[in-house]
Amino acid sequence: MSKIFVPLPDLPPPSSTKGIVGWSRENLFSTPLNSVLSLVIGLIVLSAVIPLLNWALFSANWAGSTPESCTATGACWSFVTSRLDFFIYGFFPTELTWRVDLVFLLLALSFVPQFFERFPYKAKLGIFSLTGLPIIAYFLIAGGVFGLDPIATNRWGGLFLTLLLAYVGIVASLPIGVVLALGRRSEMPVIRTLCIGFIELWRGVPLISVLFMASVMLPLFLPDGVSFDKLMRALVGITMFQSAYMAEVIRGGLQAIPRGQYEAAAAMGLNYWKMMRLVVLPQALKLVIPGIVNTFIALFKDTTLVLIIGLFDILGTVQNSIQDPKWGNVSTEGYVFAAACFWVFCFSISRYSQKLERKLHRGHKR
Amino acid sequence: MTSNKPAIEIVDMNKWYGDFHVLKDVNLTVAEGERIVICGPSGSGKSTMIRCINRLEEHQAGKIVVNGIELTEDLKRIDEVRKEVGMCFQHFNLFPHLSILENCTLGPIWVRKMPKKEAEDVAMHFLERVKIPEQADKYPGQLSGGQQQRVAIARSLCMNPKIMLFDEPTSALDPEMIKEVLDVMVELANEGMTMLCVTHEMGFAKMVADRVIFMDEGQIVEENTPHEFFDNPQNDRTKLFLSQIIGH
Repeated sequence: MSKIFVPLPDLPPPSSTKGIVGWSRENLFSTPLNSVLSLVIGLIVLSAVIPLLNWALFSANWAGSTPESCTATGACWSFVTSRLDFFIYGFFPTELTWRVDLVFLLLALSFVPQFFERFPYKAKLGIFSLTGLPIIAYFLIAGGVFGLDPIATNRWGGLFLTLLLAYVGIVASLPIGVVLALGRRSEMPVIRTLCIGFIELWRGVPLISVLFMASVMLPLFLPDGVSFDKLMRALVGITMFQSAYMAEVIRGGLQAIPRGQYEAAAAMGLNYWKMMRLVVLPQALKLVIPGIVNTFIALFKDTTLVLIIGLFDILGTVQNSIQDPKWGNVSTEGYVFAAACFWVFCFSISRYSQKLERKLHRGHKR
Repeated sequence: MTSNKPAIEIVDMNKWYGDFHVLKDVNLTVAEGERIVICGPSGSGKSTMIRCINRLEEHQAGKIVVNGIELTEDLKRIDEVRKEVGMCFQHFNLFPHLSILENCTLGPIWVRKMPKKEAEDVAMHFLERVKIPEQADKYPGQLSGGQQQRVAIARSLCMNPKIMLFDEPTSALDPEMIKEVLDVMVELANEGMTMLCVTHEMGFAKMVADRVIFMDEGQIVEENTPHEFFDNPQNDRTKLFLSQIIGH
């Protein structure tokens, strides 16, 4: 006679290990020493957070637009609110800032839906935001067509210049990075050597020197009468620099794809470009999303270096404004504001990337 | 059963990995519809040989003609050959970022230029044949090894190949799953597909093979009908190998 195998039923875990009580018992108060440490650290955090909130929120000055309105002991946010237009638009003519606002609106409209699961035209919108949007934005801001007054790039500044530098840098450096990474792994010696040379050259110099070269040295080597816009030169410099970093991040992803994937794709009859596009890159790029986003965030913050070649990004406009003697010492407020702006954007990029990673997760890998 | 025109013709093929001579003067002619099982100890060059047939490995001397197309440096010819030759790997090599259905339609859509709808119909047809149509929307990571290998077979069949190569299709599988894959392969063999199969499944060899080839040290040591090969091996090396794999 044979026995029948019956597995035991699944039971729920004991209630003391669940919920807030269970969590804090396990993580904060598991031993007497841990309880003491938790309390001490809690006190330290509180003693730092309370004065900070007091300064930034409860005793802060919000109203008014003159230095005299800052009477309370806390932060003088009136400084920021009165200069907000300058921080956002730089030296852009005040009556034409609607053009910049329109670009901001387009940017928001094309990116906000990406955060919603069920929006139907995500892919098309994504392609638009990478191709059509930069072109529309350029003509809206630069003008010179459709009866829009041309605005020289030396009047561009503030937050919108920061976003522009970062956006162009991100949109351009990703594809260039992909091409460089593929080139570096190519079996053709000339292409491989060129790509290695390019990557090592740009990766081996500091961004500051790249920008200096672009703004000071490059014009010396160009023939008379040939000149490129300073912003353009900075953009090319930033893009080249970040492409080199991006290429190395993506190469890491390419190397992580098992050889069997290439073989299966080849055996199917896919040629090199189709194999890369359909099989290898989708997997490789997904693997290195954290690295790519890391590079994006670094790029976003590195845009502040354009300050040294005389472009006024958001940090530049803040720095310019805090030197105004009539406001007294408002550097803390200014820098906190600039830092907060950067944090909001970088954190959004980070959150979006985490969402993307979860969305692209495809069960367990073999 | 078999026609006169050879599906694969390998003449005096030699291959080296650096200084290491992996394949030595390999000669093999496979007729259309013929089923060949290749066995031999590890490192004998059997996988390398069948991988040369669709140019996953390059041979340095000799001639390989597949379906009347000689394999050379010419990329166009390589693509032509790969279109007609399906391959299944030891580790399945499904594309983990694509669903089962997308894995199967990728080749037809991008290589055969088939419309998406038609490619999906073809894919579902073959998924039904390997008995897992209900898994079409899952991803490879959610399937068992046996199921993945069956998908890999269906994926190859979707390209409507004239020749199928199997590179140890069951050696990475749990014993419980080997049979489901072999069943599909036996069915395929019975339908007259030209098959080259590197495997140690001797039961499979006895059941479907027209010829069994034994390789060692990069050479074909012995080739014969399964009956003769197993019951009356000629070469001492073959006898030793057979005694080792059947002895336990």
